[in-house]
Amino acid sequence: MRSGLPPHRLTFAFQLLVTLLACAFLMVPAGASILAGFTVSYFRGPSSGLTLNWIGEVLNLYSGTIALSIAIALGTLGVTLLLGVPAAWALARRPSRLSRLVEEVVTLPVAIPGLALALALILAYGGFRDFRMSPLFILTGHVLYTLPFMLRAVMAVLAAVDVRTLEEGAASLGASPLQRFFHVVVPNARGGILAGALMVVTLSIGEFNLTWMLHTPLTKTLPVGLADSYASMRLEIASAYTLVFFVMIVPLLVALQVFGRATSGGTK
Amino acid sequence: MHSADRLARLFLLPLFLFVAAFFVLPLVRLVGVAGAGPNGLAEYVAILTNPRHLATLVATLLLSAAVTAATLAASTVVALFLARNRFPGRALLVSLLTLPLAFPGVVVGFMVILLAGRQGLLSSLSMSLGLGRWVFAYSMAGLFAGYVYFSLPRVLVTLMAAAEKLDPALEEAARSLGAGRLEVLRDVTLPGIAPALMASGAIAFATAMGAFGTAFTLATRIDVLAMTIYTEFTLNANFATAAALSLALGAITWAVLALARNFAGSGVAAAG
Repeated sequence: MRSGLPPHRLTFAFQLLVTLLACAFLMVPAGASILAGFTVSYFRGPSSGLTLNWIGEVLNLYSGTIALSIAIALGTLGVTLLLGVPAAWALARRPSRLSRLVEEVVTLPVAIPGLALALALILAYGGFRDFRMSPLFILTGHVLYTLPFMLRAVMAVLAAVDVRTLEEGAASLGASPLQRFFHVVVPNARGGILAGALMVVTLSIGEFNLTWMLHTPLTKTLPVGLADSYASMRLEIASAYTLVFFVMIVPLLVALQVFGRATSGGTK
Repeated sequence: MHSADRLARLFLLPLFLFVAAFFVLPLVRLVGVAGAGPNGLAEYVAILTNPRHLATLVATLLLSAAVTAATLAASTVVALFLARNRFPGRALLVSLLTLPLAFPGVVVGFMVILLAGRQGLLSSLSMSLGLGRWVFAYSMAGLFAGYVYFSLPRVLVTLMAAAEKLDPALEEAARSLGAGRLEVLRDVTLPGIAPALMASGAIAFATAMGAFGTAFTLATRIDVLAMTIYTEFTLNANFATAAALSLALGAITWAVLALARNFAGSGVAAAG
């Protein structure tokens, strides 16, 4: 107990009620969705029997979207690692007004709604048909949106572990800048890189605002397929599809939380 | 350190090129397209001069403000409760409350349909109680529920962290000096978590302003800014208006987040 004030029964009851209501508001629809995905007829309820048919149907209809989402998420991760980790070191090693400005511009896409970013990308590159039609177009949007998260996660760790002192030590022993980057900076930034990577993959797999505008009939991702199924499929199939999405996203989220708790002592 | 400087510049180059090609250039193009429509440069302020767009802007602002207020109120109660009490099942409760963090807007829209749609839980509940059929998923009220659903876990995480850091001794001191419970809440507790309220409130507001997935799932007929931009672009092929409205929307969300960051430090970002 770290209660500041002696418990007050009425206050306690009110707070408990609000907490339980909030939890019900969040969890009851999710529970209904999971149940509906396994129920023969949602209209008649669970008494109509349980089945795996809807899941099977979803895998049948939409496995392409699942594969594409995983591929795009991994591609986005690869690009954000390549672009983000070296740049995070370059920005963090000598904080200046210029580096702050660069950081500001690079993180701007997070503050602008995905719809607006997608529109800008389409107006600028929609004419390049091969690019527009390929999954690379979606990947570009995802990198734009997730890069700031990778940058911030790595920069926060680099600021916390005082990597400069370590680097100077390595330099005095004759290590070249590139050697220092790979053998001192990257190992010490491991925590931030992993946290950033989990974040990037989670965001990419669930991204809809940009993707809906950037996709083509041949490049549908999982969330795009979900929107399709919500609009045109029976509730059981939409629910089963949502369930597949949960199965993919929840482990990532749990990893992110467990990991965040483990490292939150060192970084902010 | 000279060679390290050179390496740093080399490392920044790909990032620069990417941001220039896929962010700065498209943004410039957006500005260009917005001003190149039949209305010329007047299109930039269409969000204020066109009565229909202005009404949509006002409706979106009001909705976002209501979502922010409701989310902050509920989250503050829950966060203080969870920070002050230790009981069996608390960890599970926290996990359940933060689990929807990763649900994108589309999925949240589906949650609202399951809750308040035609085959929804509230609909069957109200029918069985003889109260008629409660269906509000496909309206502004449904969108309100969806955005609260979306923002609640995010705001809660921030507020819980802030509430855990509050020093209980301050409240005890205020109490022993004769302050009532409400006075302690108003003068000690809430000011203590004010930066977190500011930061998470700004994120909730900006997200509600710009979110698209939830509105898209619920109905294309709700007049909020994101839906207007979408219909102008895809159905009416009115690129200039869509671009101008996007710029206005982006400016609003960016300004809100920048303002909050000034008050509350970094880590403020909108999410889709």
